[in-house]
Amino acid sequence: MSRAGLIRTGVIVAALAALEAACRTGLIDRFSLSPPSEMAISAARILASGEYTRDILATFATVAAAAALSIVAGFGLGVVLYRFPRLKRAADPFLASYYAVPSFIFYPLFIVLFGLNRWPLVAVAFVFAVVAMAIASVDGFLSVRPILLRTAASLRLTRAQTLRHVILPAAAPYLFTGVKLTVVYAFIGVVAGEFILSGSGLGYRIAFAYQSFETATMYGLMLILLTAVVSVNMLLWARERRLHARLTR
Amino acid sequence: MTGGAALSRPEPARTGGSAAGAAGAAHVRVRGLTRVYPGAGGRPPLKALGPLDLDLAPGEFFSVVGPSGCGKSTLLDVLAGLSAASAGSVSFEGRAVTGQVPDGVGVVFQEDSSFPWLSVFDNAAFGLRRLKTPEAEVRARVAEALGLIGLSGFADAFPAQLSGGMRQRVCIARTLVMRPRLILLDEPFGALDQQTKLLMGDELLRLWRETGATILLITHSLDEAALLSDRIGVMSARPGRFIDLIETGWDRERDSRIAADPGFGAITARIWSQLREESLKAMRAAP
Repeated sequence: MSRAGLIRTGVIVAALAALEAACRTGLIDRFSLSPPSEMAISAARILASGEYTRDILATFATVAAAAALSIVAGFGLGVVLYRFPRLKRAADPFLASYYAVPSFIFYPLFIVLFGLNRWPLVAVAFVFAVVAMAIASVDGFLSVRPILLRTAASLRLTRAQTLRHVILPAAAPYLFTGVKLTVVYAFIGVVAGEFILSGSGLGYRIAFAYQSFETATMYGLMLILLTAVVSVNMLLWARERRLHARLTR
Repeated sequence: MTGGAALSRPEPARTGGSAAGAAGAAHVRVRGLTRVYPGAGGRPPLKALGPLDLDLAPGEFFSVVGPSGCGKSTLLDVLAGLSAASAGSVSFEGRAVTGQVPDGVGVVFQEDSSFPWLSVFDNAAFGLRRLKTPEAEVRARVAEALGLIGLSGFADAFPAQLSGGMRQRVCIARTLVMRPRLILLDEPFGALDQQTKLLMGDELLRLWRETGATILLITHSLDEAALLSDRIGVMSARPGRFIDLIETGWDRERDSRIAADPGFGAITARIWSQLREESLKAMRAAP
């Protein structure tokens, strides 16, 4: 392991140990916060019992659907904005202020539109995530050095070939960042939606455990969710680093 | 703007303003070429180039020197079909060049234009693969081109691992594999150090002999023009026109050692005597 990796691991282990000690000695009220060891035991019990498997799968399926839709639509929107600069100039103020709007306020509207099922969650996560992908895509396309486009023209590439073989690979680092953000936003959108107004899913189960004072269950579920989100992100991050290494080594 | 009208127009005799030779089998033919940039924000339009005439014979090595901002790169863009002429005509192998790079024309730019996500081999193979060339032929032609420019040992390297001179050679290989009959080079060695520049010049001469291609080289270096060319076109300050055409009279078999030839000094002196006044003009006009 690298030196930075060792330091990182050390800091995490030390923080967990300190938290564990604080809980065990009564410095932190056991009712407010479980010691990390009990969180892990509770998480293992939850996974083993299978009681929450349906909720966990439902949450992940919803996140996957929302992320996939956001990536495809966001990328498409990015291509359109890139191809029509005037449209982009017109849309710029909206894109810039987009995340000032708390998109969760539209959740009731989506329930009216889609009914009481998982689709309003997909919709709220999509609305939250799609613009991040669109902005990353169009920024990536615009970052392509003009000389590469001139090279494509000098090699007589068609418009489609230029997009596929020059613009896409040149913009890949931006697109990758877009994908990473989109997945994170989809997670936030789905879990937050489940928290507010849903009858199933991890977010709902965490909120339910909280309201019924099942502290151990609540922390176990939170640990499961955290581990999953961090793992997905680390995987994407590792891929991104490999891509970056090839372009700059 | 199209070829017909300009070609049928009788050519008035000009003194020094025309690089058009006797009508015949010109590989590249330029007549009355003008490029005007429309004025932005209420400013008057900017005349960047011309009008100028030029005929390139097949297999000729022609260099264009001129003060900065005289429209050299604009000339190359229009010849390549990368941008359109405002007036006049350009034809390559008898066909008008309009808005698209013709088949058989290769361009090498000053700026590094290698694709950083592709290996040296894949960079060189890029154009052939877009034409769906059979992979066996791609391999053979890329190997040949990498051999010609001395990069055979670097086929698997990525551009970020190479020096500036090597990356520029990758770009030359990418152009060479397409077997262009006309190669347009826009100050391809401008960013390199003097020694590398001389050696790259020798390589360029060798490639030129071995491929038989016509070469048009844009350069700001008097030495480069004097060493490499069969003919040199000296351009005026903006709007660029040819103010002198110099036949170097070098053998086809030549390399940078001709710098020791007394003729070399005479040629650079002649270019500079033409260019000095124009460079001063360009310098004073610069913002």
